[in-house]
Amino acid sequence: MRFWAASVVVAVTVLLLLAGGSLPPLRAVDSPISRTVEAYYVENAIRDMDTPNIVSAILADYRGYDTFGETTVVFAAGLACFLLLRRPL
Amino acid sequence: MTDAIAQFLSERFEYGATTVLIAIGTHALLVKKNLVKKMIALNVVQTAIILLFIAMSLRRGGTVPIIAPGAENADVIYMSPLPHVLMLTAIVVMVGTAGVAFALLIRIYQRYGTLEEDELLERRQ
Amino acid sequence: MISRFDSVVVRTAAKILVPFIQVFALYVVFHGAKSPGGGFQGGAMLAASIILTRFTAAPEISLRYLPDLWALRLGGVGVLIYAVVGLLPLLWGAPFLDYGALPIPGVHANEVRALGIEAVEVGVALAVAGIMVSIFDDLAPAGRRERPSGR
Repeated sequence: MRFWAASVVVAVTVLLLLAGGSLPPLRAVDSPISRTVEAYYVENAIRDMDTPNIVSAILADYRGYDTFGETTVVFAAGLACFLLLRRPL
Repeated sequence: MTDAIAQFLSERFEYGATTVLIAIGTHALLVKKNLVKKMIALNVVQTAIILLFIAMSLRRGGTVPIIAPGAENADVIYMSPLPHVLMLTAIVVMVGTAGVAFALLIRIYQRYGTLEEDELLERRQ
Repeated sequence: MISRFDSVVVRTAAKILVPFIQVFALYVVFHGAKSPGGGFQGGAMLAASIILTRFTAAPEISLRYLPDLWALRLGGVGVLIYAVVGLLPLLWGAPFLDYGALPIPGVHANEVRALGIEAVEVGVALAVAGIMVSIFDDLAPAGRRERPSGR
């Protein structure tokens, strides 16, 4: 049992270190995602929706569908907690 | 070999630190027998992943991704806003997961009287 | 856990702090467009203020503050606000969650989107606050429901 646990942990660590080696270095200003996706969001947040807070603009408008799904997940979790604990078993 | 490690630690230090946290959390999740300790280990793994994404959003010389009034067209480097958005959802999902998990643990304790994994496997027979 | 805290200092400090926490939480929610904050952060602070009253005040007082099942209903109302604001553009032929298509008279298109963002942040704040208080109320009965039998 301990052999399997140790091997899983070693495998996860090795995979994460290899992935960390192949991702772009931290604090780099010229990585591909900051040139294309984030540049679009930063340039067009005020023009499209008059919102200086870029994080709120992405959360509520550019990616509003994900936030809707997440709100539904939160409500489902609360409902599951309610149904588990308030029913006299 | 050593300068590869030195380069990893200088440029990608946060990836290594987060990997250590995820390894600690995964090990505790698999090895500990108490269910509450497993739940805390899961929480540690989730927090480490959130830290990894937020560390990926740093930019050299960047500032908070809020456009200051009057500086709309100025040439300012902003931190990346995208991981912050994704991690807001992740934090709230963490809370929901912890709530449902502890509700299940309360029901398990009411039914079996224990929260240790091996005693639970015995009492289920 | 939901019982009157023993120390006078803690009870008095909580009694003074809770209104300020709630006003600041409302500030964080409604200024989500201009300063750091938004729906999730303000909702968590609102939940923190209500959970503080649950911890420190007597159950009669804190349950009068937000009665027993109202937290779950508040969460549901928050999700409903988000869904309604998202479904309204369908009446004008625009896709789901496209706030810019609502023809509010005299308001420019990108300001309509800013209003849509504000409404959605209010919905998210209510949902998150309600569900956090509801999970707390379910996990901490303090003798009002049956205790674990502990075989």
